[in-house]
Amino acid sequence: MNIAWGSLGVVVVVSLAVGVAVVVLVAFALVGLAARRPVPVDSTGVGRRSSLSPAVGTAVATLCLVAVAAIVGYGLYIIVA
Amino acid sequence: MGISLIVVVVIVTALLFDFTNGFHDTANAMATSIATGALTPRVAVIIAGVLNLVGAFLSVQVAKTISSGLVNEAKITPVVIFAGLVGAILWNLVTWLLGLPSSSSHALFGGLIGATLVAAGTGAVNFGAVLTKVVLPAVISPVLAGLVALIATFLAYRLTARSDQGTVSKGFRLGQIVSASMVALAHGTNDAQKTMGIITLTLITAGVLAPNSGPPFWVILSAGLAIALGTYVGGWRIIRTLGRRVADIQTPQGFAAETASTVVILASSHLGFALSTTQVATGAIFGAGAGRRLASVKWGVAGQLALAWIVTLPAAAIVGAVAAWTASTGTAGTVIVAVVAVAVAAGIYAASRRRPVTASNVNDVEQPPTAAQPVAVGGGVQ
Repeated sequence: MNIAWGSLGVVVVVSLAVGVAVVVLVAFALVGLAARRPVPVDSTGVGRRSSLSPAVGTAVATLCLVAVAAIVGYGLYIIVA
Repeated sequence: MGISLIVVVVIVTALLFDFTNGFHDTANAMATSIATGALTPRVAVIIAGVLNLVGAFLSVQVAKTISSGLVNEAKITPVVIFAGLVGAILWNLVTWLLGLPSSSSHALFGGLIGATLVAAGTGAVNFGAVLTKVVLPAVISPVLAGLVALIATFLAYRLTARSDQGTVSKGFRLGQIVSASMVALAHGTNDAQKTMGIITLTLITAGVLAPNSGPPFWVILSAGLAIALGTYVGGWRIIRTLGRRVADIQTPQGFAAETASTVVILASSHLGFALSTTQVATGAIFGAGAGRRLASVKWGVAGQLALAWIVTLPAAAIVGAVAAWTASTGTAGTVIVAVVAVAVAAGIYAASRRRPVTASNVNDVEQPPTAAQPVAVGGGVQ
């Protein structure tokens, strides 16, 4: 019996790194996009106006989404190749 | 050499298994998208069906390696494969009736192992390969997917907590459409090929194809169509279990769960681990549920699912073994197996119609059982 601990370790590390990275990047992109629109402060205090400027927010969002697209594209490439 | 009747029967049975595999696994990609409203049920199953078909054409690596090592190909006949498939199909139908997302892959492996044990003895099953290729990934992959989804969900909520919730929710909803599509595509590249591998193996054992051949085009097309059709029909009972009964899933959680599933499936397949897409998706949904609020996960349901996972391989193996024993007595035995299997399948269908779960009522769920009142498998799921 021969357990490929090395490959198993790679699966664990890659899954953790890529999975968390994609979700975090999308979350950052949404934080950036949310800064694009002024949010009225409601009674619960949720949705305070972001101190991020709309332009910077858009730039951050674009950058993050491009990074996600690169990861997804590479994932597709791996399936096809 | 022409194709004999038994080979035709095996191919048809394999495609039927592929169909059950498809509708059993629609939930893997689409359960959380349907639960969060990112996709309507009908649109979700269409996307999943089409992407499964596309995925079936993307790669034949899994199909080529499906026959390597679990059972000794030289010692099995089409009849054994037929018996194994009957075991796998019947177990898939039973778990579908109970709404349990069990692994179609384990049902297939179990059915084949059981049938081979009876027909060719213990020497024909490579138990070392079963442990390292099936049992080990089965234990590790759902835990890994759950861990990834848990961390990702926790971070997603923390990072976006102070941002406009409308934008965040809409953004993750759009993200879910992409991530769910990726799961469906990854599923097509994996599960459709298991059937292609079986059909190819059958054609090789019957002498129609040369050893080590890849699947012919018509095999790829028919396997892809069977799984796509099954996916489109949709296993609504299982979708309800995964989308509604495991935890109350919101869009960031759905996105995190689907991303975790995709990454684990692709990373594992790329490195040659045969894992169960169902178990990965289920583990990810539990992780995503726990990542927002530990108490929001119904751990009683988790217990049911874990039990179904453990039981799947041996249960399919027993059905496969009985079918192989009967079928090996001759043509009459094989016919009896086929008739009994069709009858049982019809009965399960009839039982499911008593309280049907369809696209229109998949999100309406009765007050789910809490962790404090665990129900027996099947007790609360109809």
